[in-house]
Amino acid sequence: MSEKISFTIDGVALEASPGQTILEAADAAGIYIPRLCKMKGLMPFGSCRLCTVLVNGRPQSACTQPAGQNMTVENNTEKLNDYRRSVIEMLFVEGNHYCPFCEKSGNCELQAMAYRFGITAPRYPYMFPDRDVDATHPDVMIDRNRCILCGRCVLTSKAVDGKNVFQFTGRGAHKKISVNSAAGLGGTNLKVIDKAAEVCPVGSIIKKRVGYAVPVGQRKFDARPIGSEIEEEKVK
Amino acid sequence: MAKPKLATASLAGCFGCHMSILDIDERILQLVELVDFDKSPVDDIKEFTGRCRIGLIEGGCCNEENVHVLKKFRENCDILVSVGECATMGGIPALRNTIPLKECLDEAFLNGPTVHNPSGRIPDDPEIPLLLNKVYPCHEVVKIDYFLPGCPPPADAIWAAVAALLEDKPIALPYELIKYD
Repeated sequence: MSEKISFTIDGVALEASPGQTILEAADAAGIYIPRLCKMKGLMPFGSCRLCTVLVNGRPQSACTQPAGQNMTVENNTEKLNDYRRSVIEMLFVEGNHYCPFCEKSGNCELQAMAYRFGITAPRYPYMFPDRDVDATHPDVMIDRNRCILCGRCVLTSKAVDGKNVFQFTGRGAHKKISVNSAAGLGGTNLKVIDKAAEVCPVGSIIKKRVGYAVPVGQRKFDARPIGSEIEEEKVK
Repeated sequence: MAKPKLATASLAGCFGCHMSILDIDERILQLVELVDFDKSPVDDIKEFTGRCRIGLIEGGCCNEENVHVLKKFRENCDILVSVGECATMGGIPALRNTIPLKECLDEAFLNGPTVHNPSGRIPDDPEIPLLLNKVYPCHEVVKIDYFLPGCPPPADAIWAAVAALLEDKPIALPYELIKYD
């Protein structure tokens, strides 16, 4: 199983190990494929669809699709990037994303993705859904207004923390993150040191009493677009 | 040749975006060389005096007067720009959008813990603009040509936008100037 798989992304030749996904191979080669739900160390989930690439002309999520011999992958094309913009804009209008007062602003991956794509306003009408906030836990809170249903907290709680704090409930527009206690998050065995409390890409699951600690200008995405750390690998 | 005209308005906003317009500092001297301010709180002109090249809108639409002013701006401006989060997505005023209007009014004028209102009436003077059922972003009411995100947008973004439009170029903001907060 040591033979390498050769394929191309936007005409650039790459190598992957057998079983490696397109996204992992691209990361290693310094090619950034945008993603929101995928996180290093977690099983790929394929929920956000932002990493959709064209594999031999067919749309596939790069985080779940293993690289194959002689695959032709399209990633950074005008058409795909417009689909990605459209997905990001849908995520903004179907939640209540008030960046001006959100503690996650500047460190938020959804916001950073919109910055990277130069989005100044969504093309879709805002939905202003009625969502709730669960502040029953002493150290962690859930603001469902900001949830993008990526599933990171669900997977992390199970696979990394060995707990089962979060789960999806409901379907379609009613789908939401629920917790494993009728008393709310405070009734679960979640601890503030759990990995699941820090993996949220947006400001939906946040730790209490640590907000706004980093001044504007020094936050994660203030100066550098999301994905820069991967693209800089290429330069080295 | 007469200078192009610039108009501005604050609808359901906090005037923070207008503060950011003033925050272009000494460049405001350059700006008054380039444009004449028309209807705007900056010079306190209340009605349009002629066709304007650029209209800058702060705030979304929370009442019928906001809609009226916004439509007047669309009629009188060649290029209309949504400035800031409230104009673009409703902003803080839009927090009421998940609460029925009657509940908002009852809380403000009847049931709130600090309310003193012996008449039990919710203000209904014809002079007071009627509230809309919810707060609307400007582009859901009229066609908007450009958006400057931010709360408020950085002064450099406003300057870059106005300077580009006066040179008949499209607004193209660099990464550092697209900020939602």
